[in-house]
Amino acid sequence: MRIVVCIKQVPDVTDVKINPQTNTLIREGVPSIINPFDTYAIEEGVRLREKFGGTVIVLTMGPPQAETALRQAVEAGADEMILLSDRAFAGSDTLATSYALAAAIRKIGNVDIILCGKQAMDGDTGQVGPGIAEFLDLPLVTYVKKIEEVEPGKRIRVEAMNDYGYNVYEAPLPCVMTVVKEINEPRMPSLRTKMKAKSAKLTTWKAEDIGAPPERIGLAGSPTAVWKIFTPKPRSGGEILHGSISEMADQLYAKLKERLVI
Amino acid sequence: MDYGFTEQQIMIRDLARQIAEEKVLPIRAELDEKEEFPFEAMNALADADLFGIYIPEAYGGFGGGALELCIATEEISRICGGVAVSYAANALGAYPILLHGTEEQKQKYLPDIAAGRKFCAFALTEPNVGSDASAVETTAKRDGDYYILNGSKQWITNGGVAGTLTVMATVNKAKGARGLTAFIVESGMPGFTLGKKEKKLGIRCSDTRVLYFDNCRVPAANRLGREGDGFRVAMNTFDCSRPGIGAQAVGIAQGAYEEAVKFAKTREQFGQKIIGFQAIQHMLADMATQIEAARLLVYQAAREVDKNSKDGPKISAMAKMYASDVAMKVTTDALQICGGAGYMREYPVEKYFRDAKITQIYEGTNQIQRNVIALSIIRESRDWK
Repeated sequence: MRIVVCIKQVPDVTDVKINPQTNTLIREGVPSIINPFDTYAIEEGVRLREKFGGTVIVLTMGPPQAETALRQAVEAGADEMILLSDRAFAGSDTLATSYALAAAIRKIGNVDIILCGKQAMDGDTGQVGPGIAEFLDLPLVTYVKKIEEVEPGKRIRVEAMNDYGYNVYEAPLPCVMTVVKEINEPRMPSLRTKMKAKSAKLTTWKAEDIGAPPERIGLAGSPTAVWKIFTPKPRSGGEILHGSISEMADQLYAKLKERLVI
Repeated sequence: MDYGFTEQQIMIRDLARQIAEEKVLPIRAELDEKEEFPFEAMNALADADLFGIYIPEAYGGFGGGALELCIATEEISRICGGVAVSYAANALGAYPILLHGTEEQKQKYLPDIAAGRKFCAFALTEPNVGSDASAVETTAKRDGDYYILNGSKQWITNGGVAGTLTVMATVNKAKGARGLTAFIVESGMPGFTLGKKEKKLGIRCSDTRVLYFDNCRVPAANRLGREGDGFRVAMNTFDCSRPGIGAQAVGIAQGAYEEAVKFAKTREQFGQKIIGFQAIQHMLADMATQIEAARLLVYQAAREVDKNSKDGPKISAMAKMYASDVAMKVTTDALQICGGAGYMREYPVEKYFRDAKITQIYEGTNQIQRNVIALSIIRESRDWK
């Protein structure tokens, strides 16, 4: 089974600062990590490989230092790593990024499953996974919390979170999935994977290697413009019920029913 | 500080630290309180390949040696001495096979130990046998292709969880040390049973057992070396394993010292943080210096062992003795700096203090270490002019 996991290198969050002039993240001097949601995608890919055999290829687009994130992914169990790095990619929004990643996946070829984290914790859009599926014209399941069954080369059955519980989907393979943290607990690196990561060969592709025309990538290929960044007002507190215990129980029941929870 | 580690040694250090901090730290107090064997932590160490770091690649390991083992042991001990000894005692059980096993014995037993699939233990101590290792009373009587073992062992680390044990017995009590013979015993062999699990002052999550051998039939193929080689097997094993106890002591001391520093930086008395007082500063300065000296001695001892140098036994004994004395001193002072908080079980310092004591006792008391060192001094000074 050929599995591609798309990851993103993000600043290690606790203290993110925004440049007020450009409304973009200040990345200088902030340590970088693999987007935490992507670590679940890596782990799930590794588990699929352990079960069905094959290769886990980890793919990212970013500056040369994104190589660190790829090597960390190999420490976490991935086999091969591909970096899309080119000045022409700079400034890509989610559309241009999905376009480039999709083009790279097409070049990788014969892929059975494409895994992404549900969203990146810096941009928080959750659009790149779906974008890749769209450009590749593949089925997509978002917010996957469990892979129930796989028939390699044929189909997959998964549980995907919704606001109130989960849906069970079946999709033909190949397909794209974005995963939530409930899906697994990523393992720690081992001495074996650390040594492998140290010596693993890095494949770097430029825009021309994946046949991406300049107008589809980078700033030129990015219709998104950030107008304003602001801190939203905190949500108002929940609703407090009043009355006797049985009255409150009735009210609670009615509300849960109204929201289709029960 | 740069201790001249290889890339792989640094990986081992980082992995051991990560597991200790993420998997052991949250559960160490509970493990200590309940005296439960740390199976989960052992599995995490096994998954990280840390059980095989001192075993040659030919037997499923990573080809390192005593230094690699010391690096991992120190990091785990910095968080929990009990988990650390449960880990490191595997090496104590494996060294006799590594040092004196036949190719068949190594092929049969080491891969499971290197992968952490089977725990390992070393059984020498008996009710009447401690420092005088030559006085072993457990007997081994040849019976065709088997030896019949009778007797009991006590205070055996990992005794209750080990699948593979190296056991010292005598084939002829009258011969003393020259009757001693080492055997590889599997936990399922008939006539081998477990006695009570001991309750201890420190390292309480480790499994410390009485073992019984009641006409236990051990294949003659499981004898390590020849009849009468046992004492040599045991002493060579200790020469290799003692830096590990030193590393455990350094880790315990380091952990206690860090707690003391953190406490001194937050605790206020007389209107200021107590780290501002010279009385505290000088204690911390002494502690840090002693730990660093002990650490360097331990690393050097491990390197001598790995080079198979003739100075190995002496410097191993020095490292074990000095580091464990430092651990006792440093944990005592760390507790003192933390005062009442240090004495309370709610805080981690009293556990370091309790865990430290055993390092002065097991794998040869520090008095025995001084004997070993003195013997080396007498030997090497014979040719002095």
